[in-house]
Amino acid sequence: MKQKTEEQSIENKLNSLAGQSARSNRWKRILERFVQYRPAVFGLVFIILLILVAVFAPWVARKDPFYQDYTSLKQPPSAEHWLGTDALGRDVWARLVFATRVSLSVGLVAVAIYTVIGTTLGAISGYYGGLVDSIIMRLTDIVMTFPALIIIITVVALVGPSLYNIMVVIGLLSWPGISRLVRGQILSLREKEFVISARAKGGSDVYIIFNHLLPNVLGPITVAATFGIASAILTEASLSFLGLGVPPPQPSWGQMLTDAQKLTILSSMPWLWVPPGIMVSLTVLCVNFVGDGLRDALDPRTLLSGDR
Amino acid sequence: MINYIFRRLLISIPVLIGITVIVFGMLQIAPGDPVAGMIDPTIGNFDAERIDKEREKLGLNQPLPVQYVFWVGRVVRGDLGYSLITQQPVREMISERLWPTLKLTISALIVSTIVGISIGILSAVKQYSLIDYTATFLSFVAVSLPGFFLALAMIYLFALKLNWLPTSGMGTLGGQSSFWDSFQYMVMPVAILGVGSAAPLLRYARSSMLEILNQDFMVLARAKGVREWASIILHAFPNALIPLITVIGLRLPILFAGSVIVEQIFHWQGLGTLNIWAVLNQDYTVLMGLELIYAILVLGANLLTDIAYAVVDPRIKLD
Repeated sequence: MKQKTEEQSIENKLNSLAGQSARSNRWKRILERFVQYRPAVFGLVFIILLILVAVFAPWVARKDPFYQDYTSLKQPPSAEHWLGTDALGRDVWARLVFATRVSLSVGLVAVAIYTVIGTTLGAISGYYGGLVDSIIMRLTDIVMTFPALIIIITVVALVGPSLYNIMVVIGLLSWPGISRLVRGQILSLREKEFVISARAKGGSDVYIIFNHLLPNVLGPITVAATFGIASAILTEASLSFLGLGVPPPQPSWGQMLTDAQKLTILSSMPWLWVPPGIMVSLTVLCVNFVGDGLRDALDPRTLLSGDR
Repeated sequence: MINYIFRRLLISIPVLIGITVIVFGMLQIAPGDPVAGMIDPTIGNFDAERIDKEREKLGLNQPLPVQYVFWVGRVVRGDLGYSLITQQPVREMISERLWPTLKLTISALIVSTIVGISIGILSAVKQYSLIDYTATFLSFVAVSLPGFFLALAMIYLFALKLNWLPTSGMGTLGGQSSFWDSFQYMVMPVAILGVGSAAPLLRYARSSMLEILNQDFMVLARAKGVREWASIILHAFPNALIPLITVIGLRLPILFAGSVIVEQIFHWQGLGTLNIWAVLNQDYTVLMGLELIYAILVLGANLLTDIAYAVVDPRIKLD
C-alpha cells in the first residue's frame, strides 16, 4: 500500500516536472522568436527607457515643468534650456519629460479597463451563444458604428476633460475589438475535446472559462492589448492636441503641439513642436513593433490588425 | 441574394435603434436642457406661455420613454432641432458641411485603396525582398505617425518652406473656384488621411495575396506556362481582392475620425470642424445631430460593404 502511494507520488512528480519543462521550453521558444525580430527588441528597450524616464521624471527633467520664467520667453535651445522655452517661459525639456507620465498612464490604464470589459463580454458571448450572444454582439455593433475618436471627444466633452476622465472614457468605449476577438476564439475552442472532457467531469462554466478557455486566448489578447496601448496613446495625444484632452498646465505631448497651429510658431520655433511630435511618433511606433514581435512570437498564424 | 440583403437589413434595425437610444441618452446627460433645443427659437424666451405650449406639443413634459418616442419621430422626419448657439436648424448646419467632409474622406479612401493594394501586392509577389521589407517598415511608421504631427510637418515643408501648396482653407478666397485651385487645397489633407489609411490596407493586401499565391490554381497556372505577371494579374489579383472589400468598408469610421483632426488643422469647413466647434461651445444639439449622422453613415457603409461582399463572393450566407 505504502509502496503504491510512493510510486504514485513519484509519478506525479515526474509528470509535473515534464509539465514544467514543457512550459519553460515554450516560454524559451517564445522569447527566442521575439528576440530574433530586431525592431521589437529595439521597441522594448525604448519603452523600458521611457518607463524609467516617467518614474524618475523629476531627476531627468532638471527643471520644474510648471515654472514660468517671464524673463526668457520662447527662447531657442541653449545649455540652460536644452530644448528652449515655450510662450510662457516654461522649460520644454522638462515638460517633454513629465508628459511621458501622461502618455504611458493613459495607454496602460485605458487598455487595462477595456481588455477586462472586452474579454468578459467576449467570453460570455462566445461560451453561452444564443440570445446572450446576439444581444452582446448587437451592442458591439452599436458601439462600433460611432467613429472611435469622435464619440470619445463627445463623451469627454460631456463629462469634462481631465486625465482621469480620458482614461476611463477611452477604456469604456474601445472594447468592441477585443470582445469580438475573444468571442471568435472561444467559439472555435468551445467544442474541442478538452473542453468537453472538462464539462463531463463536472467543471462549472466559470471554471471552464477561466482554466481551459481563457488561457488559450491569452496570446491574441496580449497582442491586441499591445496594439491597443499604441492607439490609446495616439487618441490621448489627438484629444490633447485639439484642446479637449489633458487640461493645462499639466504637460502632454499632444497639447505641446497645439500652439504650433499658429503659423508663426510653426515656422520660426520648431523646438516647440518637433520634439513632442517625434516623441509621440516614436513611442507609438515602438509599442507597435513590440506588438508585432509578440504576434510573431506567440502565434505565427494569427492575423490581427494593429489599427483601430 | 434578395433574401440575404433583406435579412442583413433586418439585423441593422436593432443597431439603428441602439444608436438613437445612445444619442438620446447623451442628450439627457448633457448639462443644461439641450432637449429644449428642439423648440423653435423664433418663439423667443419671453413668451413663456407659448414655450409651455411648445414643450407640451413636443412631449417634453412627458416621462423619458415617451420623450424618446417623440424625439425619434421628429428625427425620422429630418428634424434635428436647433443649435443652442446660432439657433439655426441643426439639419441645415450639418447638410452644409456634409459634402466637404465626404469629398475629403472619399478621396482619401480612393487614394489609400490604390496605393495600399498595389504596394501590398508588390510586397507579396516579391516576398522577403528589399521592397517587401521597406514597405512593411513604412506601413508601421505610417500607422504610428499622429495625423496632426504629419500635418504640421507637411505644412512646414510644402507650404512654408517650399511654398508649393497653400497652408489651409478650401479654395483661394475671392478667387475663381477652378478644379486646379481646389485640387491644390486638397492635396495635403487627402495625403495625410490617405497615408494613415493605406498602411493597414497594405498589410491586408499582402497577406491576402500571399495566401492566394500558394493556392493550387496558381501552381496550375504556372505549370501550364502562363506568364508570371499574367497569372498574378488575371488569377491571383481578383481573388485577393475579395477579402479586402470588408477592410476597405471598415476604413470609413477611421477616416471620419481622422478627418476631425485634419479638418481642424487645415480649416476645412466640414463636419469635423463643426464637431470641434460644437464641443468647444457646448452646443449639444449640434453635437448629437453630428453623432447621429456619423453613426448612420457608418452603418450604411457597413451595409453596402456586406452586400458588395455577398455579390462578389456567392459563398457568403448569413448563419
